[in-house]
Amino acid sequence: MIWMLNLFPKITSSYGKEVDNVFWFIFWISLIFFLIVQVAMFYFIFKYRNRREEEVSDIEGNNLLEITWTVIPTIILIVIFFYGVYVFDNFQRRPPANAIEIKAYAYQWWWQFEYPNGYKIRDTLIVPVNKPIKLIMTSNDVIHSFYVRNFRIKEDLVPGRYTWTWFKATEPGIYDIQCAEYCGTLHSKMIGYVKVISLEEYNAWLASLSKEMDLSALSPVERGAKIFQNKGCSACHSVDGSRMVGPTFKGLYGRDAEVVVGGKEERIKSDENYIRESILNPNAKIVKGYPAIMPSYQGQLSEDEILSLIEYIKTLK
Amino acid sequence: MLDRLLSHEPKPGILGWLLTTDHKRIALLYFWSIITAFILGGIFALLIRLELFFPGKTIVDPDLYNRIFTLHGVIMVFMVIVPAIPAILGNYLIPLMIGARDVAFPKLNLLSYYIYLLGAIIILSSVLFGAVDTGWTFYTPYSIKTGGGVLIALFGVFVIGFSSILTGLNFIVTIHRLRAPGLSWGKLPLFIWASYATSLMNVIATPVIGITLLMLILEKLFGVGFFDPTKGGDPIMFQHFFWFYSHPVVYIMILPAMGIISEIIAVHSRKKIFGYWAMAAAIFGIAFIGFIVWAHHMFTSGMSDVARWIFSFLTFFVAVPTGVKMFNWVATLYKGSIRLTTPMLYAISFLFLFSIGGLTGLWLATISTDVYLHDTYFVVAHFHYVMVGGAITALFGGLFHWFPKITGRMYSEFWGRLSAIFVFIGFNLTFFPQFLLGMQGMPRRYWDYLPEFTLLNQISTIGAFSIALGALISLITLFVYWKKGEKVGDNPWKGATLEWQTSSPPPYYNFKEIPHVEHGPYDFEIFRKKEKEQV
Repeated sequence: MIWMLNLFPKITSSYGKEVDNVFWFIFWISLIFFLIVQVAMFYFIFKYRNRREEEVSDIEGNNLLEITWTVIPTIILIVIFFYGVYVFDNFQRRPPANAIEIKAYAYQWWWQFEYPNGYKIRDTLIVPVNKPIKLIMTSNDVIHSFYVRNFRIKEDLVPGRYTWTWFKATEPGIYDIQCAEYCGTLHSKMIGYVKVISLEEYNAWLASLSKEMDLSALSPVERGAKIFQNKGCSACHSVDGSRMVGPTFKGLYGRDAEVVVGGKEERIKSDENYIRESILNPNAKIVKGYPAIMPSYQGQLSEDEILSLIEYIKTLK
Repeated sequence: MLDRLLSHEPKPGILGWLLTTDHKRIALLYFWSIITAFILGGIFALLIRLELFFPGKTIVDPDLYNRIFTLHGVIMVFMVIVPAIPAILGNYLIPLMIGARDVAFPKLNLLSYYIYLLGAIIILSSVLFGAVDTGWTFYTPYSIKTGGGVLIALFGVFVIGFSSILTGLNFIVTIHRLRAPGLSWGKLPLFIWASYATSLMNVIATPVIGITLLMLILEKLFGVGFFDPTKGGDPIMFQHFFWFYSHPVVYIMILPAMGIISEIIAVHSRKKIFGYWAMAAAIFGIAFIGFIVWAHHMFTSGMSDVARWIFSFLTFFVAVPTGVKMFNWVATLYKGSIRLTTPMLYAISFLFLFSIGGLTGLWLATISTDVYLHDTYFVVAHFHYVMVGGAITALFGGLFHWFPKITGRMYSEFWGRLSAIFVFIGFNLTFFPQFLLGMQGMPRRYWDYLPEFTLLNQISTIGAFSIALGALISLITLFVYWKKGEKVGDNPWKGATLEWQTSSPPPYYNFKEIPHVEHGPYDFEIFRKKEKEQV
C-alpha cells in the first residue's frame, strides 16, 4: 500500500517502526468497526426510509446482541492497550545501558544541548548514527516539548524537574526538532535540528571541540563572536542589518537609538552601558518598533563574557 | 419589592423577559446569549484558519494569533459548548418532558442565567486588561508569567462555573421531585437521563476547576508558589487539577448531545430505542469512567511511566459504553420508518462524525501512539470531531427538532437540509485534513508551519468557510421561520414524550392539567392504534 507510506514522515530511528505498527494495528480495527457501523446505518436508512408506519417493527432490544457488542469490543480494547504498553515499555522507555547521555535545556524560544565533556551547543543536536542517545531534559522558563517526528519521540521539558527520552538514529541527515508544547510568542519558531553524522565524523568533531572550548586563548572579539553564536543572540539579532525578531547588531555601537522607556519615547546614544543593560535587563529600554520579549541574561553571562560580546558588537559596522 | 418582581407571575414587556422565572423564557435568554458567543467564537475560528492559509504571516502577528486561538477556545468551551445544550434545550425541555410546571427552583434558574452573563462579560472584558494568550488550558508556569488579562479571564471562567453548578443542582432536584404521576424512572426519555448524568457531573467536577482557577489567581496575585517551580511549586500539579475537571467536561459536553440524538432518532424513525436500559446505563458508565481517565492528557508530561499505563488502561473503558450507544442507535434504525428531516440529517451526521471522533480517540488512549500524536493537529482534529461533530451537530439537530415545539411553527425543510449538508461537508473538509497534518507531524498552536503542510492547511481553511456558511443558513432559517413559518399544530412529529402532549408553544404553566403518564417515551404504537381506531 504505497499511499500509506506518505502519510507519515520517514522513520529514521530504531523503534519508529514499532510505533507505526501500533498505529496501523489500531487503524485496521477502527476501520472495520467504522465500516460495520456506517454500512449498517446507511443501509437501514436507505432500506427503511419513508416506510408506512404500520410496517415499523416493535423490537425493544436483544440481549444476546447487546452482550456481544459489549464483550467483543472490550476484549479488543484490552488487546490494543497491551500492545501499546508493550511497545512503550520495551522500546520507547528502555534505553540501552550504553546510551550517550546528553542534557537538553529549553528556553523561550530555543534549545541548548550539553555534551558529557561540558560543551554546549545551541539549537542543533549533533549525534552519531546507530548509537543510542539518552536526553536528560529540563526547561529554564515555561514548559516546552522535544518533538522529532522522524524519530517518533516526544517528551515535555518541565521547569523544576528532569524528564528524559531516548533514540537511536538509523540514518545520517538533518531532522527537525519542533516544540510541541505551547510556550508563547515564537512557539512555532522554536525549531531546532538533530544532525546525524557518522561515528568517525562525530569523534573528529568531539576532538576538535576541546580546542574550541578553550575560549581563553581567543581574543575578546573572537570570544564575543563565539558567545553570539552559542548563547542564542543570533536567533533574534542579525549582524548584516536585516530585521529579525530583535534589532540588528550591525552598527549598534555608537548609533542614536529611539527607545521606549516606561511608555515614553527617548533618544539615547548606544554605548557600553546601554548594551550591558539591554543584555541583563532587556525590558528597561525597548527599541522603538520591537516587541518587549527578550529574556534577561542575568546570571548566564559573566562580566568578562559581556565585555567580549560588546567588543564583538563594536566590530560590526 | 424584589420578591414581588420575581414572583412566578407573567410580567409585561421587557421586564417579562429580564425578570422572568419561566424556564422557557430563561432558555431563550440563554439561546440568544450563547448564539452570540457562538458567532464570536466562530469568527475567531475563521481568523485562525485565515492566518494558517499560508505559512508565515498571512494576516496577523504571532502574538495576536496566540490571543485569537485562546479566545476561540475559551469562548467555545466555557461560554458555548458546556452550557449550550443543558442551558438552552435542557432548561426548555426538562420540565416539559417530565410533566412539571417549571424547574424546582425557578429563581435560582434566573440567577444562574445572570451568573452566566456576568462570567461571559468578565471573560470578554479580559482582552482590555492585557494579553490572554495561554490557550484555553491555562498551563502553568506560562500562565503565571504572561499578561494581566489572564487574571480577568480566569476570574470570568471561575464565575461562569457557578452557573453550571447551580443549573446542575436545579435539574437534579427537578428530575427527582417533579416528575408527573406515573412517570417512573423507566419511562424517562433518554434526554432526561443524559441531562441528569450531566448535572451530576457538573455538580461534582465544576468546583474542582473553581478551586484550580482560584489557586492560579492567588499564584498570579501573590506569588504563593502552588505551581511555580521557582517558588517550590509543581507545574504538573496544575495539569492534574485542570484535567480532573476538563476531562469530565468532555462528557458534560457530549452526554446531553447523545440524549438529543436518542430523541431525534427514535421520533424520526418511529421506533423504540433499541435497548433502552443499556442506553441509560451507558450514559452513567461514560459519566463514571469519565472521572478516572484525566491523566491521558499528560502522557508526555513527564509523569511516571506507571501512571501513564494505568491511565491508558482506564481510558479504554470509556470506549465500551460509547460503542454500545453507537451500536444501539444504528440498531434502532433497523425496521423503522425513517424520515430524512433536517433533525434526522443532523443526527445521521452526528453518527458519522462522532464515530470518527470516538475511534480516533483509540490512538490517543494507546500510550505508544499518543507519544507521537500528542499535541499535534491529530488531537485538534479528534476533539473537534467530538465537540463540533458531536455536541454542536446535536445542538443544531435539537434546535430544528424542537423548533415547532418552541415556536408553534415549521421551519423550511429545504433550507434546513441545505444547512445540514453544508455543515457536514464543510466539517469533514476542515478537520479530516487535520488528522493527516497531525500524522505528518504538525504541532498544534502553531502560527507558522513547514511549507510541506501548506496544501492540507488550505483545504482546511476552505472547509471552515463552508461550515460558517452552513451555520449561517441554519441560524437565518431559524430566525426567519420563527415569525414566518407555517403553523403546524401541537405535535407535528407525532412524538410520544410529554413535551409534545401540550400545546405548541406551551402555555405559561406548561400543562393545563398535569398529565398522568401511562406509556413509555418511545411508544409510537399508540399513534398507530389511534389511527386505526379512527379508520
